[in-house]
Amino acid sequence: MPASDPHAATPRHSRAVRITHWLTTIAFAALLVSGVEVLLSHPRFYWGEVGNVNTTPLLSIPVPSSRDAVRTGYDFVLPDQNGWSRALHFQAAWLALIVGFFYVVIGLRTGHFRQNLIPADRRWRALRKDIGDHLRLDRVAMSSITSYNGLQRLSYLAVVFVLFPLVVWTGLAMAPGFTSLVPSAVALLGGRQSARTLHFLGTIGLVLFTLVHVTMLIIAGFRPRVVAMITGTAEQS
Amino acid sequence: MSNISRRTLLAGGAIAAGTALGAALSKAGQRFGLVPPDAGGIYGTGETLAYAAHRVLGRNALAREFPREMISARPFANAVSPHSAAFRRHQAANFATWRLHVHGQVTQPVTLSVAQLRAMPASSQVTEVTCEEGWSYVAEWTGTPLASVLAMAGVRPTSRYIVYYSSDPDWWESIDIDEAMHPQTIVAWGMNGADLPVPFGGPLRLRVPRQLGYKSVKFMNRIVLTDSLDGFGDGSGQSFVNDGYAWYAGI
Repeated sequence: MPASDPHAATPRHSRAVRITHWLTTIAFAALLVSGVEVLLSHPRFYWGEVGNVNTTPLLSIPVPSSRDAVRTGYDFVLPDQNGWSRALHFQAAWLALIVGFFYVVIGLRTGHFRQNLIPADRRWRALRKDIGDHLRLDRVAMSSITSYNGLQRLSYLAVVFVLFPLVVWTGLAMAPGFTSLVPSAVALLGGRQSARTLHFLGTIGLVLFTLVHVTMLIIAGFRPRVVAMITGTAEQS
Repeated sequence: MSNISRRTLLAGGAIAAGTALGAALSKAGQRFGLVPPDAGGIYGTGETLAYAAHRVLGRNALAREFPREMISARPFANAVSPHSAAFRRHQAANFATWRLHVHGQVTQPVTLSVAQLRAMPASSQVTEVTCEEGWSYVAEWTGTPLASVLAMAGVRPTSRYIVYYSSDPDWWESIDIDEAMHPQTIVAWGMNGADLPVPFGGPLRLRVPRQLGYKSVKFMNRIVLTDSLDGFGDGSGQSFVNDGYAWYAGI
């Protein structure tokens, strides 16, 4: 790190990381908005193969519904938005899938995961300190702009290799055309309604990640980090 | 050559190559039946990718079937429009007067009663009805394979789609000829060992178990074979088009 010039620009994010980051941001925003709209048509979750208003839900979301079949406790029914929201959901899902594919292939080829995400031994040893820094919201300790700390690395890896694949899998497991092709995709999850419930829980995980991610950006310094993700270079400050 | 112009040239080349590739793919897609009729809208890319992917990966894949123990004790019959006076007259006659008309690009249009359909070799399946809203149930459906019904009329080789109608004038749908000929696509007249109840689509419901519930049209009374969906509604092959529902409902 060039200590002599405090404002030196350091290469930070590769072009592939920047492009895939923002395309994924767009896809995730579209998936989230449309997913909430689809959820409103039946804001209940079940476990197993089947579930409907005649069966006991595992979980009822206390929101009004866009269909009168579901008793929600509200005396009004929201307008049906399932048409465009389903279409947008699947189109954005294709975008996320294609971008995710290129991200993983490029990441493996360029060593992105090894260099930037998989924590080295010293970062594992520093993990307890990282957690403390984050819990205290210690801005200076956790705010290196030139690399990720251990906690950051683990949460990014969890999103890329656990949560994202989970929502893709559980989403596909709800599609009758897809499960005709790959029946085990839904059988392994314990049924279609289980897949739908896990899809929702996975989404909650991704939303929580996004909230923490943006909050940490704001605490650590929003503007230089967003600039780095756009231009690729980090201004030392 | 400056960096800017090289970049412009590369981008121009990429766009030209992309357009040529897109045109070639579109032509191949049309030829092999991989482009859905609603491919043109802003969500057409997603619709086309889903339809093409499922058709390429397995045109003849079978919908999941379940053991009888998994039949839902309390299936949910979604709401339908109020029945017309004509429908109620058929109902009062125990649907002895109900007719299924098959016409369009066939060698011989046929008209079948429910009794005539029941007299044909039947097929049963324990499959799941999955609504686009998210809920589902499993039932045993018994009916006449649509392929047998279409064979009676004689499908002309030009036929690429069937358009099928409910007695509810606001509900009609279409599927490609592969889906129509699929062994699990049946003209259902029985459910869980009894006559198909009216709330579940009786007297006749087309069961299309590889697609969502809205493709399984209730109270079916007419099937048209056609080489093109132009002229059926706005050409995108279904009555729900105003609500933005996808034509291909395998996802």
